[in-house]
Amino acid sequence: MIVAFFFYVFAAILLVSAAAVVSSRNPVHSVLFLILAFFNAAALFLIAGAEFLAMILLIVYVGAVAVLFLFVVMMLDVNFAELRGGFQRYLPIGATVGVVLLVELALVLGGWKFAPDAMSLRFAPVPEATHNTAALGDLIYTQYVFLFQAAGLVLLVAMIGAIVLTLRDRQTSRHQSIERQHARRPADTLAMVSVPLGVGMAEVSVPPPPAPPARRLAHADGHADGHADPHDAGAAHGGGHHDGGGH
Amino acid sequence: MNWTLALPEITLSILAMAILLFGVLRRGESFSVCSMLTLGALLIGAVLVIGQARGFAFNGQYVVDPFAVFAKLLILAGAALALVSAQDYNREEGLARFEYPVLMLLAVVGMLAMVSANNFMSLYLALELQSLALYVLAAFARDELRSAEAGLKYFVLGALASGLLLYGISLVYGFSGTFDFAALAHLLSDPSHASAGLIVGMVFVIAGLAFKISAVPFHMWTPDVYEGAPTPVTAFLGTAPKVAAIVLLLRVMFVPFGHLTSQWTQIFEFVSIASMILGSLAAIGQTSIKRLMAYSSIGHMGYALIGLTVGTVDGLRGVLIYMVTYVFMSAGTFACLIAMRRRGRALEKISDLAGLARTDGGMALALAIFMFSMAGIPPLSGFFGKLYVFLAAVRAGYWTLAIIGVLTSVVGAYYYLRVIKVMYFDDPAPAFDRRPVGLSFVLGVGAVVTTFFFVFPAPIVGAAQAAAAALFG
Repeated sequence: MIVAFFFYVFAAILLVSAAAVVSSRNPVHSVLFLILAFFNAAALFLIAGAEFLAMILLIVYVGAVAVLFLFVVMMLDVNFAELRGGFQRYLPIGATVGVVLLVELALVLGGWKFAPDAMSLRFAPVPEATHNTAALGDLIYTQYVFLFQAAGLVLLVAMIGAIVLTLRDRQTSRHQSIERQHARRPADTLAMVSVPLGVGMAEVSVPPPPAPPARRLAHADGHADGHADPHDAGAAHGGGHHDGGGH
Repeated sequence: MNWTLALPEITLSILAMAILLFGVLRRGESFSVCSMLTLGALLIGAVLVIGQARGFAFNGQYVVDPFAVFAKLLILAGAALALVSAQDYNREEGLARFEYPVLMLLAVVGMLAMVSANNFMSLYLALELQSLALYVLAAFARDELRSAEAGLKYFVLGALASGLLLYGISLVYGFSGTFDFAALAHLLSDPSHASAGLIVGMVFVIAGLAFKISAVPFHMWTPDVYEGAPTPVTAFLGTAPKVAAIVLLLRVMFVPFGHLTSQWTQIFEFVSIASMILGSLAAIGQTSIKRLMAYSSIGHMGYALIGLTVGTVDGLRGVLIYMVTYVFMSAGTFACLIAMRRRGRALEKISDLAGLARTDGGMALALAIFMFSMAGIPPLSGFFGKLYVFLAAVRAGYWTLAIIGVLTSVVGAYYYLRVIKVMYFDDPAPAFDRRPVGLSFVLGVGAVVTTFFFVFPAPIVGAAQAAAAALFG
C-alpha cells in the first residue's frame, strides 16, 4: 500500500519534471528539472529493489553528467530561441518521421511473443540469496575481472591519446612558481620615498626602479625575450615603471 | 581463476603504467630512457611468455596454448624491432616524446591479449586496446597534416570495422547464447544449431577482422595510413599488429566456428584471391615506397590467407611460418625506409633510392635481400613462407588458389625487382645521411634471418607445426 503510494508520487514527479525538461524556456531550468527527474528515477529503482542502479544513477548521472550539462549550458552562449526558430518549418518532416516510427513500434509490439520461460524469469529479477550489489560485484570484479581491467586499460590509452594529440606547452603561458614568490623581497619591487609636505609628485626625486621582476622571470624561464613578445614586454614595462609613472 | 596464466599481460601493463609515471614525473626529455625501459619490458614479457604454463584462465576467457605462445613471441620481437628503429627518426622529427614507447607497450598488451582471447568479449576489448593505441600512434606527428589525416582516417574506418565486428558478435550471441569459444564450438558441433542469424553474425565478425589485417575488400585505409603515419609507426603497423590480427582470425575461425568450415571457406577463398591480385597489380604504379609497401602488405595477407582457406594443420603451419618470415623482412625493409634521409629530411620516393648501391652498398644489399625475399626468390625466407602455404593448398586440392598465388607472385616480382633495378642500375643520387646504429641493427637482424632462414628452418617449422596442431587439438 505505502509502496504503491510512493511509487505513484515518484512516478508522477518524474513525468512532470521530464515534461518540464523539454518545455521550459530557460535551459538552466531544463537541466535542473533533469536532475529532479534523475532523483525520482533513482527512487523508482530503489522501490524495484535495484539499489545499485539507483546509486549509480545518482552518482554518475547527477554527480557528473548533469553537472557537466549545467556547465556547458552556462558557459556556452547558445541562443535557444534561435535554435527553435526552424520548428515550424521542419514540423511536417519531423511529424512524418515520428508517425512512421510510431507505426513501426506498434507493429513490433503487436507481433511481440514471449519466450516460454520468460515469464518465470520475469518474476525473479533478483538473484537468489544475495544482494544485487553483491551479485553485480561478483560479476564485474570476480568473474569478469580480466575484461574489467582490460576496459580500464582502454580508457587509459584514450586518456594518454587525448593528451598526446592535444596538449601543447605554450611558450607564453605563465605558470605560478611558489618558490619564486617566496624568494621575492619588498626591495625588489618597492621604493620607499619620503615626500615632504606641500611638494608635488614632479619635484620628488624618485630612485630608478629596480630591474622589473616580470622580465627577469621571463628570462629565467627561458621564455621568449621580453622585447620580442609585445604582450610580455608591455606587461613587464608596465609593472617595472609603475612607481615612476608620475613623471 | 588461475590469473597467473596471464602474467605476461599483467606484468606488461603494470610496467607500461610505471614507465608512463616515470615519464610524466621526470622533467625534460625522457624518450630514450623510456624506450630503453620499454625494450626491457618487452624482454621481460618474452621471458614470461616462454615460461607460461598452458591452460585456461578467468573462467575460460583467456587461453594459453602453444599457438598463443608462438604468436606472442613473434609479436614481442616485431614490436622490439619497430621500437629500436624509431629511436633516431623520432628524435630528428621532433616526435621524441615518452608517450610513444608507452603507447607501443600498451598496444603490445592488447595484441598479447588478442592472441590469448578465448571469448568474444575479451577478443573485442583486446582488439580495441590495440587499435586505439595504434590510432594515436598514426597521428603522432600531430603538426603534420598527413599524419593527422592518417590517424583520423584510421580511427573512423577502424571504428566502422569495430561496429561491424560488434554487430556480428551480438548476432552470434543472440543466436547461440554464449560468448565463449569452447561453448560455441560445442554448440556448433551439432549442425542444426548453425542458424542463419549465427552465420550472418559470423560473416560480420569476419568482415571486422578482415579490416584489421587489411584484406581486400576492407583494405582502403592501408595505403593512406601507411603513407601518412610517421615511418617508424608504419613499421610497427606493418609487423606486430598484423600477426596479432591474423592469429586472432585463425583462432576465431578454427575454435568457435571450426565446424562451419564449409560456410566460411568460400569467403576466404575470395578474400585471399582478391588480396593477392590487388596487392600485385595496384603496387605497380606507385612512386612512393611507403604506398608500395602498403599494397605489398595487402598482397602478403592474401598469401597468408591461403593457409586459412585450406583449413588443415598444414595450412595453419604455413600461415605461421609466413608470418615469421613476413615480420622479419618487413621490419628490415622499413628500417631501410626510415634510413632514407638526406640533409635531415625524410624521403619516400622510389627514385630517391637511385644508385644506392654506389653510395651505401650495405643498405642496398640488405634492401635487395628483402625485396628478393618478398618476391619469393629462393633461398630467401619469403620463398619458404610461400612454399609452405602453396604446398598446403596443393595437398588439400586447392589448385586455383595455388596457381593464382604463383601467378600474382610473378606479377609482384616486377615491382620488387624495379626497386632493385633503381638501386643498382640508375645514376646515383646524392648519398643519404649517415645511418644510425639502431637502424643498422634492425637491418642486420632482418637480413640475417631472411637470408639464413633455410639453414635453420627446423625449429621454426617444428614450433609452427606444434602451434597449429594445438589449435586443432
